[in-house]
Amino acid sequence: MAQLLEMRGLTKTFGPVVANDNVSLKLDAGEIVGLLGENGAGKSTLVKMLFGIYAPDSGEIFFDGQPANISDPGDAIAQGIGMVHQHFQLVPPLTVAENIMLGAETVAHSGVGAFLGRMNVAEAEAEVRALSEKYGLHVDPSAVVEDLPVGVQQRVEILKALNRGARLLILDEPTAVLTPKETDELLKVMRALADEGVGIIFITHKLREVLAVTDRVTVLRNGKYIGSAITADATQQSLAEMMVGRSVVLRVDKGEAEPGAPVLSVQNLRVKDDRGSDAVEGMSFEVREGEILGIAGVEGNGQREMVEAITGIRKVEGGNVVFGGDDFTNASPRSVSEWGVAHIPEDREKDGVVGNYSVADNMVLNTYFKAPFASRGIRVMSEVRKWALQLIEKFDVRPRTITSPVTSLSGGNKQKVIVARELSADNRLIVASQPTRGVDVGSIEFIHNQLVHQRDAGKGVLLVSAELDEILGLSDRIAVVYEGQVVETLAGESATRERIGLLMAGGSGDS
Amino acid sequence: MTSPVTTDPEAGNQESSALAAGLRGLRLPIIAVFLAAVVGGILLLISGDNPFSVYAAIVDESFLSGSGIGRTLEKATPLVLGGLAVAFAFKAGLFNIGGQGQLLLGAAFAAWIGYSIGLPTVIHIPFAMAVGGLVAALLGAIVGALKAYRGAHEVITTIMFNFVAGNLTDYLVSRDGPWNDPEGGAIARTPRLQDSAIIPTWGEIPMGFFFACFFAVLAWWLLNKTTFGFEIITTGANKHAAKYAGINVNRIIILTMAISAFLAGVGGAVQSQGVFGRFEASNNTGLGFDGITIALLARTNPIAVIPAAVLIGGLNASTTRLQQDFRIEPEVVSILQALILFFVAAPSVVRYIVRWKGLDDAEDIQLTGGWGS
Repeated sequence: MAQLLEMRGLTKTFGPVVANDNVSLKLDAGEIVGLLGENGAGKSTLVKMLFGIYAPDSGEIFFDGQPANISDPGDAIAQGIGMVHQHFQLVPPLTVAENIMLGAETVAHSGVGAFLGRMNVAEAEAEVRALSEKYGLHVDPSAVVEDLPVGVQQRVEILKALNRGARLLILDEPTAVLTPKETDELLKVMRALADEGVGIIFITHKLREVLAVTDRVTVLRNGKYIGSAITADATQQSLAEMMVGRSVVLRVDKGEAEPGAPVLSVQNLRVKDDRGSDAVEGMSFEVREGEILGIAGVEGNGQREMVEAITGIRKVEGGNVVFGGDDFTNASPRSVSEWGVAHIPEDREKDGVVGNYSVADNMVLNTYFKAPFASRGIRVMSEVRKWALQLIEKFDVRPRTITSPVTSLSGGNKQKVIVARELSADNRLIVASQPTRGVDVGSIEFIHNQLVHQRDAGKGVLLVSAELDEILGLSDRIAVVYEGQVVETLAGESATRERIGLLMAGGSGDS
Repeated sequence: MTSPVTTDPEAGNQESSALAAGLRGLRLPIIAVFLAAVVGGILLLISGDNPFSVYAAIVDESFLSGSGIGRTLEKATPLVLGGLAVAFAFKAGLFNIGGQGQLLLGAAFAAWIGYSIGLPTVIHIPFAMAVGGLVAALLGAIVGALKAYRGAHEVITTIMFNFVAGNLTDYLVSRDGPWNDPEGGAIARTPRLQDSAIIPTWGEIPMGFFFACFFAVLAWWLLNKTTFGFEIITTGANKHAAKYAGINVNRIIILTMAISAFLAGVGGAVQSQGVFGRFEASNNTGLGFDGITIALLARTNPIAVIPAAVLIGGLNASTTRLQQDFRIEPEVVSILQALILFFVAAPSVVRYIVRWKGLDDAEDIQLTGGWGS
């Protein structure tokens, strides 16, 4: 097919940091190109230049064979470039049709309605319906966006771009927020769009998805173009090595577990969610010393509330949380962490770090008050710095500075800061919630090895993850949750992807 | 770990970079004051005055003569404390606009202690100040508790408590009130304070100003050097992370509001004990609100509150001279103040006017933190 896009020799620097160094990328109409790279490799910078958010320092962009002059996102949209951001740009209380039409509303044709610019709802909804049928993106145009699951909201974003006439779609880590089932559906939609002639740039960390849907792959590392590959010739292993620049062990290497006494025992736990409805409805399980218990389940089945209740952040409505032999039901977060519970939170930006604090302050976020970091209520900054310098070295946090604010780090390095802090304290139980979400292959390998290392040191690990591969690769036992309850607990070695998938979806697992 | 870390390569330049950051932070306020002077000068030109001679008169009146400096510092003293109150609360993400009410309570209760009991000076002065501050702190703690446990937004509650405090103090010193000065006739005020409660001056310089500076340094130290300060700033920067880190967020909100209100209350006490020698409601009009201007001008840095308050205090101290020499109404000074606030609060406007590289987004202060959370 015809060439749709060519980005030639793009360079972008931020102060001393070269985010993109002479990067090139080509895309044909109807082609899906996977853009791969570690956190901070420059993928987002590249597509942001294409979408007009950043201006390149040098280099050229050709769209439809013409030099494209894109100085802001409005230009990009006008020329037929659409982007679906990681964080959706939707107005939650408006309907699907209203969101899609926003900024390009169909207005009543006559009368007072036309004068006041009243939106012609019926016409807008018909337009959306036609559009969604054309591309097989099924959405109810009259549904209110905030009531829709994340996967459907994402479809609304895609429809919004298509409605503006997008012939090139940029999808920035679209599957990071999706359940496995929603991901499969998105991949199908992408294929259908490509068949209609839309060119797609697909940014992701998940090699399985890249192999499933892309035609070609372009890899960046440290802001430089490393190479391209035809997807049909690539394997997970070969792509991972291109990204990281060394051979990567994708399978976690771990020996037999040697479980000891229980460190955590959750008995008939009941917890409510933010809106006051029951989220955890009688969950029971046990984590022993020296074992990893994986909690598998589609997100939104009570995992978040369960973790928050165990760590003291959320109120327990019923049942018990017991550490060792001591009851910690509704204990304060401080007393939970003082007993020896480390917590890698699900939402790292919100809970795990203070963005405008330095790396050093974040490294002592929950130990700042203890010796040697404080003495009689006075902070001892020299000790804090010394500790932080040790941790960034040991956990390979990049860049190697403890004074820069954590917001300036890439997602993977933020996660390393949290992992470093939580796994370096002298703990007995590790609660790890989505520990590798949005993290690149090299860091995933590192974090997985750390968790296994903690297990081998005799600590209990409670691993909550929506990634089946992660659960299957790490867990010694797997508890599958559905609608706030543990439906079944399986031994790690006997569990299969299919069986867990069925249990996660609410099936009995026997059929 | 590849090698043991024995030395700290960043420790040395850490201090100097903190200083550099502090100096960088000064740029925006200085440019804002300059731009305000330019725009104010244009207004003066339009109204037929020579802006240079007006500004020269302000500087001469407020900053060059001994008695002028004394007057400026006297005006600046409650402004330092009111500015500190706002800046301190900001650190925990709280917007205390109840400084006016807290200041009135502090002024009234300090006056009551000052006139009603007899004590040796060394005890009487701090005791009256402490009572004034603590009564205000109690009000602040109520605001904090309403926020922490009931989710009532502090902007709303502090505005409402301004009315409560204003009417309460009006009543206390009114004819029917218990603290009324029988010799005052129609004027609602307390009797004169006993000499033992009056804060003395050191030459022309009011000693109250040194109390205010002491509190500024104390607030800076508390925020930047102690674990308590770390808890306050963490709560302000990210409440969720603070809770996750085991910080008792409700406790921090209540204590921060109490300390903030305490500072405003001491500001009122200094007015009664150092300036007027009694409490009279009309003597304190608007002081609490000037604290907001000063906190913003100081970019919520407790130490920077001192020069910011001296600047605004100097402007206020010059109004009489301007009226005498130029027949310029005191409102001109209010316009200058408002312009300064405008440019400080709208850094993107300043950035548009002064295309100065490095005046970046990091210098924005978020005023809306806490709304809707």
